[in-house]
Amino acid sequence: MSGILAYALHYEGAFNKNSLGGVSEAARLAEELGCEAHAVVIGDVSDDLAATLGNYGVTKVFRCADAPEGLAQPVVDVMAQIMDSEGHDYALFGGGLLGFEIGAGLAARLNAGVTMEVTQVNVADGKLTAERPIHGDSSISTSSYKDRGIIIGRLNAFETAAPSEASAEVEDVTVELSPFSTQATMVTRGEQRGADVDIEGADILVAGGRGLGKPEGFELCEALADALGGAVAATRAVVDAGWYPYSTQIGQTGKTVSPKLYLAAGISGAIQHKVGFQSSENIVAINKDSNAPIFEYSDLGIVGDLNKILPKLTEAVKAKKG
Amino acid sequence: LKICVLVKEVPDAAVEKRINPSTGRMDRSGERNLNPYDTHAIEAAMQVKEGGEVEVEEIIAVTMGPSTAVRALHKAVSLGADRSVHLSDDALAGSDVVATGYALAKVLERESPDLVLLGQQSDDGECYTIGAVVADYLKMPSLTQVIKMDVTEGKLRCERQAEYGYDTVEITLPAVISVGDAINEPRYPSLKAIMGAKKKPLDAVGIDDVGLEADKVGEAGSKVVCGDFKAPPQKAAGEIIEDEDTNETVEKIIAWLDERKLLA
Repeated sequence: MSGILAYALHYEGAFNKNSLGGVSEAARLAEELGCEAHAVVIGDVSDDLAATLGNYGVTKVFRCADAPEGLAQPVVDVMAQIMDSEGHDYALFGGGLLGFEIGAGLAARLNAGVTMEVTQVNVADGKLTAERPIHGDSSISTSSYKDRGIIIGRLNAFETAAPSEASAEVEDVTVELSPFSTQATMVTRGEQRGADVDIEGADILVAGGRGLGKPEGFELCEALADALGGAVAATRAVVDAGWYPYSTQIGQTGKTVSPKLYLAAGISGAIQHKVGFQSSENIVAINKDSNAPIFEYSDLGIVGDLNKILPKLTEAVKAKKG
Repeated sequence: LKICVLVKEVPDAAVEKRINPSTGRMDRSGERNLNPYDTHAIEAAMQVKEGGEVEVEEIIAVTMGPSTAVRALHKAVSLGADRSVHLSDDALAGSDVVATGYALAKVLERESPDLVLLGQQSDDGECYTIGAVVADYLKMPSLTQVIKMDVTEGKLRCERQAEYGYDTVEITLPAVISVGDAINEPRYPSLKAIMGAKKKPLDAVGIDDVGLEADKVGEAGSKVVCGDFKAPPQKAAGEIIEDEDTNETVEKIIAWLDERKLLA
């Protein structure tokens, strides 16, 4: 039997939004291929929660309760065994860090083809092909697979289907983990660093990156955000460096936003950041490097020194708004 | 402790990237440089060596690529590696990420490292994935995008940011770790180190030397077929202002925002 197996990441009793996108996409593709889509869940997932994946179109959920969730290699063991015994031709992952690790390990294990950062999957001649933007999104490459295929989505690439009433059958599986898969152990998971700030509801976001030069550079962003009536967001680089709270991070392992205005100050605009805000209505970028990738997709780009521009812009906004 | 660092030569970020339309592969001519993320991996190895917590016998830079890739190895050595290994063979051309990971794993097997380090991504393509492939072939535990790494006897304690916040993970050696750019600030090589880099041992090997199966690499051994390149849907180019007179620039920004009713 052919089919598609999608991995569903969960945390604190809820599935990851990108995983639900991946599950939905697997179901959509399976229907087009005329096969079934299944999901796999690891660790502590209740019967009820697992069955809800049926709402997104999968007919069966394989649950491996004994394996630890949150690390990639145990999941590789579980998915490789299920794909071999059930004959799935494809594995699919919604956007997410863990999907990259699991997908790559699984491709090595199964000697399968793998494509990452996929933005669209199509059916051609009864097989899947995957589209992936490459080289700073300047070109799109299409992958096809000689044998089995592993498809890893870009963040937010797959839309979550409107949930139906359908329920999935839950089947428990036991998998003997590879010796090396148990050599990594989670000490703490999901630690929040810095203040808990809500930025997802803001209509206007002023985002700061490494180009601010120092943690105090965020004061310029805060003043402008105050004047505009918005909130302040950050890139991963500055969050990892401890300059700003994790809760404000936009992009691959942070939040996804689509405000009316996204004003990026001192941000080069790497893909991993771009995926978190590219659907914003208006994108304004201030950067001193005219070659910064962000200028390729901003609506208004200002090449200049943010230390000079931001304070004056803040004053001008205040004056304008009265 | 023996540390291998996987490095890669990539097109210089300042140079336009292009695909050769007849082969569907990246056009690898033009300016090349050591992948910036890999400099963080070398620095991480150096910090383990200099940290004094464990004794590091050797740091070995390993790459796979055409003859020009030697420059990446020289750079790696100038940054602190003791010697380097260059896997180069016509049979490897066109290898996909799994085939590349397999080939690198075969080189690493010869060295039996206790720790394999690499940059979390390369500027020219494969993101986040090669470390996990190498680890599966070597049957070693692995973690990617690590931003803090403490080494103690036989063990690593790593931190990284994942979907739900920061994870701390303990890993038994030997292991494969890919590092993010927040892990350290790479040092600049001294002039002496740059001059001396070409004198350090460089082991040039082909596929027979590392005992890899030729049918598992190259275009024929790869399971992904990439082709059919097309341009992405073009977004209308945005307006660009070069800031010369900041007062004038700010006026223009205000007018632009006001036109879109963002100052209401």
